Amino acid sequence: MFNNKIYALILPLLTMLLPGTAFSTDDAALVKKGLEIATETDLRDKGFGDSSSSLEMVLRNRHGETSERQLRNKTLEVANDGDKVIIIFDTPKDVKGTAFLSFTHKLEPDDQWLYLPALKRVKRIASRNKAGPFMGSEFAYEDISSQEVEKYSYRYIKDETFDGRDHFIIERDPVDPRSGYKRQQVWIDKAEYRIWKIDFYDRKDSLLKTLSYNDYNQYIEKFWRANIMKMINHQTGKSTVLNWKDFSFQNGFNKNEFTKKSLKKAR
Amino acid sequence: MLNRFLIISLALLPLGPLDAADWSAEISIEARHFFNDALNPQQHGSNLSTTFESEFYHDWDDDNQRIVFTPFARIDQHDSERSHVDLRELYWRRTFNNTDLYIGIRKIFWGVTESLHLVDIINQSDTIENIDGEDKLGQPMLSLSHATELGDWSLYLMPWFRERTFAGIEGRLRPPIVIDQDNAQFESGDEERQVDSALRWSHVIDDWDIGLSIFHGTDRTPQLILQTNNGVTTLLPYYAQLDQLGLDAQYTYESWLWKLETVARRHDNRFSLNFNRSKAAVGGFEYTWYGLFDSATDIGLVMEYQYDSREGKRAPIANNDIAIGSRLTFNDAQDTSLLALVASDLDQRERFISLEGSRRLGGDMSASIEARFFSNTTPQTQLYSLRDDDYIELLLTQYF
Repeated sequence: MFNNKIYALILPLLTMLLPGTAFSTDDAALVKKGLEIATETDLRDKGFGDSSSSLEMVLRNRHGETSERQLRNKTLEVANDGDKVIIIFDTPKDVKGTAFLSFTHKLEPDDQWLYLPALKRVKRIASRNKAGPFMGSEFAYEDISSQEVEKYSYRYIKDETFDGRDHFIIERDPVDPRSGYKRQQVWIDKAEYRIWKIDFYDRKDSLLKTLSYNDYNQYIEKFWRANIMKMINHQTGKSTVLNWKDFSFQNGFNKNEFTKKSLKKAR
Repeated sequence: MLNRFLIISLALLPLGPLDAADWSAEISIEARHFFNDALNPQQHGSNLSTTFESEFYHDWDDDNQRIVFTPFARIDQHDSERSHVDLRELYWRRTFNNTDLYIGIRKIFWGVTESLHLVDIINQSDTIENIDGEDKLGQPMLSLSHATELGDWSLYLMPWFRERTFAGIEGRLRPPIVIDQDNAQFESGDEERQVDSALRWSHVIDDWDIGLSIFHGTDRTPQLILQTNNGVTTLLPYYAQLDQLGLDAQYTYESWLWKLETVARRHDNRFSLNFNRSKAAVGGFEYTWYGLFDSATDIGLVMEYQYDSREGKRAPIANNDIAIGSRLTFNDAQDTSLLALVASDLDQRERFISLEGSRRLGGDMSASIEARFFSNTTPQTQLYSLRDDDYIELLLTQYF
């Protein structure tokens, strides 16, 4: 009886004093809130069916010299799995006609094929290369592949207001050990759940890159797409700007247009 | 026959509005230097060459119809045989739901391996372009391709045979005895007008890419028959009839690509001594380490074993050989890459070594360097006739 009373008094005190216990209660809440924000962000982009767009990439080295790439892509939303994507390269001219097909998956490695127009050959390629640069740019393959909730664990950090918008800041840690990042910090606006900024931290937890999104437009009254995405590499001084154009949704693509066979016909 | 295809294809040119049309071209200049004096005094120590290739395509009818036109031409400083033109492609495609109909000249690639292409048989090799066999002559055909849930089916009917190209008298990378390309012999009485046919099934099942193929027609690889006419000795290409069954498979797991190609062949011809049936296989793996030393550079390793059951005089170069290669990809803005390959004969110890490097220059130009060596050859080995043809090549290509 006496013991119980003592415990009744001490227990709340202990909970307050021992940082470990207090942390874990709060931590669970932060993790939960982080996941909720990520899930809502994902949900707001569900149901687009399919989309197509074209893209200009401007690569800038630390001396300010630029080189450009032009490509087009088609995406098919797949229920309960990652999207199917075809990318067709128009420039540099020496890779013109090269096409890339990817069946992205939530946690399993993606299935990827590359069409080499000079040889008329389709090659199945290994998809382990998540952290490698996409077309020599500052975007890694994992930065441009389909974003799935399951690919990260989350934690809500805090709110922040900039450019007249209220944002959540969440941290997400890649689940895949082959990711090039230890963690990412993501700014998501509260009104529309659009990503405005991502800080990428490398495996040694130093700030590696910052991606900022600009010029958002809404399509078919639901889906937001940024026209400009700029990635700055803080460690090398290089940067890559993506200029998106010609967004088109619900074109009626079907899965037969996302096969090895269709890759050979892609233009 | 070629003319007839031209007329058919041109007659089908669209009259409607342009949905998508595109034109591109490339011009290249190639300089080769040979390290040793040629076996034959008519051959040269170095060579300049230039090529032009252009591609035009046009899609219409909601992309259900397409026409493609890809002419190619080379002008060579010394070798009149290497100066040649070819229609790499000139075809019309009509798509009906899951079926594609093609009429015209096309290039088709089958297979998965890197060091040798055994299954790939539709197109003739334009070996005068490069001895690696990656350059192909356009093949006239009527072809149907049908996609199903259980794989893709393709049927090819090929009404005109293309002869392999070989270096001429003044050209390098040829046997000391000139190949008489103007007097090729055929097993088939219809010669190059014989209709060849092929059927292929291919499918993707999870991590497996599988293909099965049957070919019936004129062998793309000629047998070279020694012949003396009026005191002049030449090698005569003889094109036998061939039935070939082919299997190609690739298993992709993480950074590993496991590859196999195998063929069973039946030749039936008057020159065959002990072999009517033969088997060949090539298989191995490709493994890539990504982001070497925390850089963007990838290094890939390829190892493939090559087997052919034909022995003695009929043995091809790749009969009991192992090919080991490595590719360094820098993943930089200029797409710089280096490739080294060594193929060694396990019986005879002769070796073929190839080194390649390439890089983009600015936006519309690229440069590559290629060096090839034939080593440890003896009068008994297959590469003996190329023993003095080690070379280095510089290639500059401008794209339009």
